[in-house]
Amino acid sequence: MKKLLKSSFSKSIFTFAIAVLLMTIIRNPYHVGILIFLGMNLIITMGLSLLMGYAGQISLGQAAFFGLGAYTTGILTTKLGLPIITAFPLSILLTVSIAFLVGIPTLRLRGHYLAMATLGLGEIVHIVFNELLSLTGGPSGFGNIPLIKIFGIELDNDYKYFVFVWAIVAFILFLSLNIINSRMGRALKSIHREENTASTLGVNTSRLKLTIFVISAGFASMAGFLYAHYVTFLSPGTFSLRFSILLVTMVAVGGMENIWGAITGTVVLTLLPEYLRFFKDFDILIYGIILMSIMILRPEGLYGIKIPLKRLRNNS
Amino acid sequence: MKKFIAFLIVFVAFLIPLSIEAKDPKSYKIGGVFAITGPASWLGEPERNTMMMVVDMINAKGGINGVPIEAVIEDTVGDETKTVNAVKKLINSDKVLAIIGPSRSGTTMAVIPIVERAQTSLISCAAAETIINPVKKWVFKTPQSDRDAVVRIYDYMVKHGITRVALISGTTGFGNAGRGQLKDIAPEFGIKIIADETYGPQDTDMTPQLTKIRGTNAQAIVNWSIVPAQAIVAKNMVQLGIDIPLFQSHGFGNIKYVEAAGKAAEGIIFPAGRLLAVDTVPASHPQKKVLVEYKTMYEKKFNDPVSTFGGHAWDAMWMVAEALKKAGADKEGIRASIETMKGFVGTGGVFNFSPTDHYGLTPDAFEMLTVKNGKFVVLQD
Repeated sequence: MKKLLKSSFSKSIFTFAIAVLLMTIIRNPYHVGILIFLGMNLIITMGLSLLMGYAGQISLGQAAFFGLGAYTTGILTTKLGLPIITAFPLSILLTVSIAFLVGIPTLRLRGHYLAMATLGLGEIVHIVFNELLSLTGGPSGFGNIPLIKIFGIELDNDYKYFVFVWAIVAFILFLSLNIINSRMGRALKSIHREENTASTLGVNTSRLKLTIFVISAGFASMAGFLYAHYVTFLSPGTFSLRFSILLVTMVAVGGMENIWGAITGTVVLTLLPEYLRFFKDFDILIYGIILMSIMILRPEGLYGIKIPLKRLRNNS
Repeated sequence: MKKFIAFLIVFVAFLIPLSIEAKDPKSYKIGGVFAITGPASWLGEPERNTMMMVVDMINAKGGINGVPIEAVIEDTVGDETKTVNAVKKLINSDKVLAIIGPSRSGTTMAVIPIVERAQTSLISCAAAETIINPVKKWVFKTPQSDRDAVVRIYDYMVKHGITRVALISGTTGFGNAGRGQLKDIAPEFGIKIIADETYGPQDTDMTPQLTKIRGTNAQAIVNWSIVPAQAIVAKNMVQLGIDIPLFQSHGFGNIKYVEAAGKAAEGIIFPAGRLLAVDTVPASHPQKKVLVEYKTMYEKKFNDPVSTFGGHAWDAMWMVAEALKKAGADKEGIRASIETMKGFVGTGGVFNFSPTDHYGLTPDAFEMLTVKNGKFVVLQD
């Protein structure tokens, strides 16, 4: 069993299996729907975790990449009538090339210039969504985005879409784990710790940071693609700075030091608001208190928190 | 490895309670989804208050056919993802019979595919024409349409010899939809649009746009936006010494905006439901009774001036109540009886639904109002 779970491949398969098992237990489209959004958030934050935790860079533009992925596939399939299978690579390609263009100059600089550049990019993208009326429908958005069809099966309900999304989550997890365990992952860690040392040892720091930034943008646009064909309606509000900040918070709350931290944070912050619906008007207050306590009591993130049980056993 | 297993256990444990559901079959459950907090809270809050007030009224009289109504209200924060989740929760976990809301057009459009698939009636409190045009089987709305508001404004303009108009609008869903209608309908009335300016939803100064308009020979300005721009445009016009009439959209429907604009609000002309000028509506008007009842009840209970938006929820909730009386706990029955409702007197107007019209109002639902001494009055023409 232990050996079986060592490889990134089996970890991904295992995650997927657990997710599908969960779906069969929870037979309620509302809960399945939340888990679908959770899957999308996970895809984005895994990319963000690579960038923040391993490359030590913050991006405040993930919502923009998410939006670019969603809008591109949405516009291509509704306005131009392209099949989804051609719209998919195009939407990823567009997002990735924009990330590339923004990344080239900013990632040559030291410090948190990427955060500033992506903050600006996010605003620009938001304005474009709002003002490019003929294509995006402006602030009113546009709908009727077609559903995805695979092997003749239309993904027209939450259960089918759930399996599809979580298969992709597992695939992205597999990719991320492999990046981390490769030469590239180790080089990234070295940049995070000591950039000077890393570059003296022959690591091309700016190129590596650029690569990982572009990969994280690609993940975000992948999630955007999934969002567009699930909700089938897009408007700029979903892709605002607020969402970018939430994504960064997810990674920070979970823990930046490894990818499981980002996953923990995303699970907690995606599901928490749904739990707090129970408290009606006080939900925001309680949400804030919980978030604050986590950051005060556990600033390094939730992941790897010692379970008290273990300590009890050691004491006795 | 241990960490991984521990992680999975926590993950699964965190998810399981989500599947616990509450069930109470001894009531009619009606869902409400409103933007109670967030940027559109000025819409959602009166809507939520009104819905709860109506439900209390019904239950105090012994419910419907002896069965009490239970309102399950969710906050959307004006966000689409949250609204999608909330509507799914109402349909699947709470098993509501019908849903009132959402407050905004965007969030309504996002949940239409869900209610259509789940076959649950949705009575939206958002204004956009696209919600009910084309007709969706399970979707209705109570607010008056942008189109009708524009028709009333142009009607008034034509009567008063205004043909050259300058537009200024906010880049929000509401502003954008109104701008589209204003431009589309203008030729029908022989009105020429000679300026078309826009501003961002967070802008605090519209002097540049208005200065540009001042340079034209416009006879009137139409501003289409939501708060707080409505007050800013009025103030900027006074500062710039522009003395042509200012028309606002029906989004001007709250006396608080008049207070915000102060003296500058005097003489603003806008179309609105009759709720805002109850006192000047003649006693013989069919809506008079409903309007007075709602206004006095709301203002007494919440100690807050009544707004058009709460009225949308009032109309929707009473429609559902009437449908429940006829159909009971039957989703298709509720839908069918709303669809065939005729002569329903609400705060927004007199509704006549049909299978080809899920909106039910005519431009007649609007009255042209103006501001006089800090109060809304019906404009006599």
